[in-house]
Amino acid sequence: MAIQIREGARTEKKTAALAASDVRKAFRPARVVPGGGTTVRAVDGVSLSVWRGEIYCLLGANGSGKSTLIRLFSTLLTPDEGEVRVFGLDIDRDELAVKRLINRVSVEASFFKKLSAMENLVYAGRLYGVSPEKSRPQIVSILRRLGIEDARMTEPLEKLSRGMQQKVAIARAFLSAPMLLLLDEPTTGLDIRSKREVQTFVRDLRDEHDATILLTTHDLDEAARLADRIGILHQGRLVAEGSAEELAAHHGGGTLEDVFMTLTGRRLDDADTAEAERPT
Amino acid sequence: MIADVGAQLGLAYAFVEREIALSKRYWAWEIVWLVYGVVTSLSVAYIALGAPGLTGGSGDPALISRFVLYLLVGTITWRFLGLIFEQMGETIAWERWEGTIEYTFMAPVPRLTHLLGMCAATLVRALGFSVAILAAVALFVPVDLSHANILSALVLLATGAVAFIGLAIGSAVFPLLWTEKGLQMAYIVQAVVLLVSGVYYETTILPGWMQPLSFISPATYVIRGMRDALLDGADLSAVWPNLWPALLVGAISIPLGLRLFLWAERYAKRTGRLKRSG
Repeated sequence: MAIQIREGARTEKKTAALAASDVRKAFRPARVVPGGGTTVRAVDGVSLSVWRGEIYCLLGANGSGKSTLIRLFSTLLTPDEGEVRVFGLDIDRDELAVKRLINRVSVEASFFKKLSAMENLVYAGRLYGVSPEKSRPQIVSILRRLGIEDARMTEPLEKLSRGMQQKVAIARAFLSAPMLLLLDEPTTGLDIRSKREVQTFVRDLRDEHDATILLTTHDLDEAARLADRIGILHQGRLVAEGSAEELAAHHGGGTLEDVFMTLTGRRLDDADTAEAERPT
Repeated sequence: MIADVGAQLGLAYAFVEREIALSKRYWAWEIVWLVYGVVTSLSVAYIALGAPGLTGGSGDPALISRFVLYLLVGTITWRFLGLIFEQMGETIAWERWEGTIEYTFMAPVPRLTHLLGMCAATLVRALGFSVAILAAVALFVPVDLSHANILSALVLLATGAVAFIGLAIGSAVFPLLWTEKGLQMAYIVQAVVLLVSGVYYETTILPGWMQPLSFISPATYVIRGMRDALLDGADLSAVWPNLWPALLVGAISIPLGLRLFLWAERYAKRTGRLKRSG
């Protein structure tokens, strides 16, 4: 069960951009094989609310259920149990309306690699009802702000570095002006400079465009740097949530790493390693 | 209402524009497929030219010319219909490989609009390929279209396209549900349709147990009608016996294919199969 920490100082009425209630998702093996194939409970009764304008960070090791939750919230998976609402809309019943409000950036920048950033983004804009006449100047402006030179915008994406591709992925999400932006480990594998640029852009996005951001990471610094509130996921369960300071105060002080260790019984790096070494 | 239709058309056009952009970037592959199409069609046409020598049959140039056109109508119509069939499934498999499938299915585009856009893109490509192949083949072998009723042929082709769109949407379910082998399953369906539809021969020569399959394949009627139109100049009333069954298959297969696809999408979301691979 999550340890709920309330922000007593805030009295204004909050709007839930995202409200998940007792969400569960399990994956069953495709076929029964002798000695293998067990059901994996990826998300096990998660309830959380992300308030409008907030940056909420889900922190957890590999395999803790972060990506499954993001995929559930982005309509790519349906929950086995529980309810998810985006700005009051049911994610299943009002799917199309929800899709207009959200966008997602995944750990892999997925594009048509032979197409340029401009071609990919014009296409993405069209899918969200943004005409090329409107999207082209916006794309140039966003990409410039993310540090991508004009000449690179028309090159096939496969010629751009991974960091640049990830920035284009963020631009794609930004282009649709989402009310709720789901970022699934957007900075994993990026160099320090690219990581910082993306983090700055994420914060600016919230501050300037009234976006609500749900971010998953297993980078403690990133969580502390960006998040208004942090939720710690462990084995598919939300075991604690609150600001970095609140978590520290309620779990014996120290750093976020110490809090993580107190709650999960291992350091985040160890948890990642153990998960990576687990036979699949 | 009109604004909404316009908006949906705009969304559907995104897929057409995307395919055109991809064709430009993969131009070398497009040339490969075009050359492959020309060469295979030409090979089939040469069977007709060489038939008298092989069988000791009549060397009457008019009969040979008719046989050439008979085979060409089959092979080029099949190429047109086959491209529609293939590309739907291949696009799903390709999007899975590129990873864009998640973004396409997350976008606020009604699935009907999405699939119609993909079909429109497919039609543009199939039509372009078929016309180019016919033009190229005509440079090498005599193609006698002096008796052809072009209007009937175009109506049949359009009807065949509609009928095949339903089948194509239905078969796209395979790569949607089976990451690794889905596309191969779709190819097997396509191969069976090729066998039973009389592309290179009359369906009456098929074994009795196989012939019922030819009745449900829209390609059977489209190819038969195309031959009547292009070889014998049959007008619309004359091709009607082949037109209405193809229309009927289309009227059944499109809603059925769409329903099947929507069911498959829900299943994929429930089981976690709507994701990238590779």
